[in-house]
Amino acid sequence: MKSETTNIENKTIKNRFVIMATLLSGAVALYLWWILYHFLPTLSAWATYSLLPIQQGSHLGASVEFFLYDTPKVMMLLFLVVFGVGIIRSFFTPEKTRAFLSGKSEFAGNVLAALLGIITPFCSCSAVPLFIGFVTAGVPLGVTFSFLIAAPMVNEIALGLLYGLLGWKVAAIYAGTGLFIAIFAGWIIGRLKLEGDIEDWVTQANGAAMSMDEEKLTFYDRVIYGWDAVKEIIGRVWVYVILGIAVGAGIHGFVPEGVMASIMGKDSWWSVPLSVLIGVPMYSNAAGIIPVVEALLGKGAALGTVLAFMMSVIALSLPEMVILRKVLKPKLIAVFIGVVASGILLVGYIFNMII
Amino acid sequence: MEIKVLGPGCAKCNKTEKLIQEMINETGADARVEKITDMMQIASFGVFATPSVIIDNQIKCSGKVPKKEDIKKWLAQ
Repeated sequence: MKSETTNIENKTIKNRFVIMATLLSGAVALYLWWILYHFLPTLSAWATYSLLPIQQGSHLGASVEFFLYDTPKVMMLLFLVVFGVGIIRSFFTPEKTRAFLSGKSEFAGNVLAALLGIITPFCSCSAVPLFIGFVTAGVPLGVTFSFLIAAPMVNEIALGLLYGLLGWKVAAIYAGTGLFIAIFAGWIIGRLKLEGDIEDWVTQANGAAMSMDEEKLTFYDRVIYGWDAVKEIIGRVWVYVILGIAVGAGIHGFVPEGVMASIMGKDSWWSVPLSVLIGVPMYSNAAGIIPVVEALLGKGAALGTVLAFMMSVIALSLPEMVILRKVLKPKLIAVFIGVVASGILLVGYIFNMII
Repeated sequence: MEIKVLGPGCAKCNKTEKLIQEMINETGADARVEKITDMMQIASFGVFATPSVIIDNQIKCSGKVPKKEDIKKWLAQ
């Protein structure tokens, strides 16, 4: 009896020690991260003009310096954000989100679904099983759509990149308008009563999910979860980030100031719908498109137009529609694209008007 | 032992199947892996995320590539 209690005591002491050690090394790592981040501009200028035989003030110099500064900066920010969100995500599973959303009233349900879309682990390749799981469990169709719109659009990669490249204001605007579109597009789809346009086999599928043993995660497990997310996501997107920044760097150095103002500026009314039309069939993730967007903004493109372009590239894509076609009839897909695209147009126009 | 890997064919799903096959070869366990790519069939198991691993009608793992140690544990059961 006595040895058992000391055993448990020993275990809690050991657990506490692990938590302390992890937190301490985390703090040290964060400090080192901050120092390196702080010195990046100096380092990149030095690398461009002292290590490489490039003239200060040349087009090539502007491009190379931009590339050598933005690449490590974006990678470092992504690292931090993905790790942090990974830890938060270890508290959420699609199962828990579904249980939370089923039976919620319409509007509140849409708001919750959009917010949960940000933090629930989601990959567009499992959009179909997730859709079926939600709908058969009694989550309203419109609420399910709010989730499906927010999950790919407002994610940690997009927010981390926007914060790093364009500042917290643009990141906040993006998150706010993205959530707005997810909430209202979902709400409208719910109001339209399109439940009959779900493919028949879905509603006949048995919703009785087999239960999975709930894993009990320790603090250390959650840190590992965050670390795995970093390896997984950065391993997947680093190529796009570098390509995007390279294109952005080219625009930055070689495209003259203000040239984008005539094409993507706020005075041309057709620029917003055109951006959406070009953006919808395009398929890229946030990591590839945002560095390009930054460069376009620098050359005089209007924020609303660029925002609309970015959202339509990230939120609506051809491959996702092909996947969703398995569970949705063509009419519902058309409504989905139409409602989301209209929301994006609206956001684009509003921002061109007020900024 | 009947092992089912559910996934429409994304990179993670293929990796999961390969890893399980590797572990079976390594441990010499008496098990057979079946890959299920059809959406309707996947849905009928009631999983939310792919890849999912199902052993003898029990969901072992969902939405991620399982760790080698975990696969070994399942195979030893």
